[in-house]
Amino acid sequence: MNIQIRERPQSAASTGLKTAIADCDIHPARATKDELYPFLAKRWHSHLETFGAGPHHGMMEGPPFPKAQPNASRRDAYPPEGGPQGSSLSFMQKQHLDPNNVALGVLNPLATGQGLRNHDLAAAICSAVNDWQIEKWTSKDSRLKGSVVVPNEDGVAAAAEIRKRAGDKNFVQVLLLSRNAEPLGQRRYWPIYEAAQEAGLPVGVHAFGYGGNPITASGWPSYYIEEMVGHSQCQQSVLASLVLEGVFARFPKLKMVMVEAGFGWAPSLAWRLDKVFSKLHAEVPHLKRRPSEYIRDHIWWTTQPMEDPESRDHLFQVIEWIGWDRLLFATDYPHWDFDEPSRVLPAGVSDANKQAFYLDNAKKLYGVS
Amino acid sequence: MTSPIPGGVDCDLHPAVPHLTSLLPYMNGYWRDQVTTRGMTDLVSQSYPVNSPISSRPDWRLAQGKPGSSLADMQAQALDKFGTAYGICNPLYGVQMVFSEDMATAFCRALNDWLVKEWLDKDDRLRGSIVIPVQSIEKSVAEIERCAEDKRFVQVLMLVMGDMPLGKRHYWPIYAAAERLGLPIGIHAGSAYHNPPTTVGWGSYHIEDYVAQAQAFQTQLTSLIVEGVFARHPALKMVMLESGFTWLAPFLWRLHKFWRGIRMETPWVDRAPLEIVRSNIRFSLQPVDAPPEPDTLNRLFDHMQSDELILFSTDYPHWQFEGDAVLPEGLSPDLVRKIMIDNPLATYSRLRVKETTP
Repeated sequence: MNIQIRERPQSAASTGLKTAIADCDIHPARATKDELYPFLAKRWHSHLETFGAGPHHGMMEGPPFPKAQPNASRRDAYPPEGGPQGSSLSFMQKQHLDPNNVALGVLNPLATGQGLRNHDLAAAICSAVNDWQIEKWTSKDSRLKGSVVVPNEDGVAAAAEIRKRAGDKNFVQVLLLSRNAEPLGQRRYWPIYEAAQEAGLPVGVHAFGYGGNPITASGWPSYYIEEMVGHSQCQQSVLASLVLEGVFARFPKLKMVMVEAGFGWAPSLAWRLDKVFSKLHAEVPHLKRRPSEYIRDHIWWTTQPMEDPESRDHLFQVIEWIGWDRLLFATDYPHWDFDEPSRVLPAGVSDANKQAFYLDNAKKLYGVS
Repeated sequence: MTSPIPGGVDCDLHPAVPHLTSLLPYMNGYWRDQVTTRGMTDLVSQSYPVNSPISSRPDWRLAQGKPGSSLADMQAQALDKFGTAYGICNPLYGVQMVFSEDMATAFCRALNDWLVKEWLDKDDRLRGSIVIPVQSIEKSVAEIERCAEDKRFVQVLMLVMGDMPLGKRHYWPIYAAAERLGLPIGIHAGSAYHNPPTTVGWGSYHIEDYVAQAQAFQTQLTSLIVEGVFARHPALKMVMLESGFTWLAPFLWRLHKFWRGIRMETPWVDRAPLEIVRSNIRFSLQPVDAPPEPDTLNRLFDHMQSDELILFSTDYPHWQFEGDAVLPEGLSPDLVRKIMIDNPLATYSRLRVKETTP
């Protein structure tokens, strides 16, 4: 994690990692409120100004749990030309992409139409954000690749948006958030998986979102830290749902990426699923294999926020249980809990595993050469 | 197989209430009348459907009646079988699902009195957990105080999925009473179903609810730690029951990392989460969510960085292990002794007063 307490020069020095890396979780932001308007039908401009976006929580502005930093982002990441962190391509290049030798950067836009109560607005904003990713980012820097954001609660409209972008090399995945109206294995979301499989796009599930459910099974917690730690529990329930509903049995070519929710919990969850499945399989006859086998074959994990045990051996053991071929390095730029590429892995990793971890796994998964 | 040693403490036994009508003798006239006049049915929670394979080992099922409803079977299959010195009874009866605090209070009172008469009075190895009407804090405290006079009650029992996160200040009078009376708070798997049973909404299947228990324990640990329960009540012990424990180390890595990053939000958390867990939180042994290889399990214990956290349990009659293999492969004799005897005795202060119990 990286909280800047003292001033430091805006041009970051190289972090010392010589090899090229993939950053599988970069958050591009809009410089101004109306930056999306050119991509959005006129009726929605006044709608947004009059009624707001209408998420599944009560706040007209700002998140329900105030962040630890403005925009949850690094204080040194404000672009010199103004606007919030992550809103300037040139500054992102200067501060992150160039010095950290990013060869592939996957964009995961967060303030989109996902999770809005008005499904028409959700679809319009998602489509606009996808156009905006091409116009502002991917067409201007070939290292950057976009994620197709979709109106997640309307599976049919979401599938249409995916089909619209299928074959467009500006995009390398479909993006969902973890917290939705229902657990992501539910059938209302199946058209999304069907279209993604058809388009050959992995589906990334990024921590966050508001779906109208309390974010614990015992209601709403009090603190931002509970929401942040809790993303890993939400992701566990999402993954359990995807497996147990039979999504991977139904869509055998589907690949999914768990983004920004940790990976240390994966072995324990897989063991628990297998153990319970051995007794309760009669309830889920649509599963043809053990839950852990679906996870092993269909799931990839981004690394940030990196698991950080006292003993590096503990980290290595967990990674061995998951597989070095399944981790995708990510920084979460420009967010405050950014992982510095050169400091993420402790010493003692083989060159082959490092190469897979930092770059090759991502290139292979996303089909980028 | 790792052999159990005699004299252990089984921290998670589930005596079953045969039917709501079994509690009628322990209710006053008003509530007896309510139950019968209104045609109330049994309070079985979806967390444990009676016929679900998880709810009972096949060879522990009764010819008739709910698994866990026969004392003789519990004696033969759990207490005698494993040479248990003490067995702690955690009744999982659906009183937490009730919405009326008055009804919940009457049912909890009846349930606790039923446990004394039908179980604790009949086997002096058995100890009880006080089931509380969490629907009312005031009434929960009163029930704790009423039952605590009987030293055979050794803990207070709550469910892991309730109305609010358990660290919330709302619940603190319960914790104050428990700390004062030397009672750990046992938090058991199960939901009141007042909220969706996963962190992301309602799933479709029983298996999903069961898997989700582990996530619920994780969010509750976060809540209990960051709200400051153990800063306020340093002597309070909490025991996670039927929680699983192989998720603990990676969970703490994450919590520790975020605590380092944003501890300014909860400045009263003045010790690292791992230290708080070591001093105040314990976990029952079963279920062991790990592969059967001893090497993996020993690594998991190593990741937990403590051999004092786990308390022996059979989870009787739930189906968590086969035959006599209640202890996973590969535990050292020293760890077996800690898990079966030392750790539970260090957790349940009331177990040491066996000889003085009338």
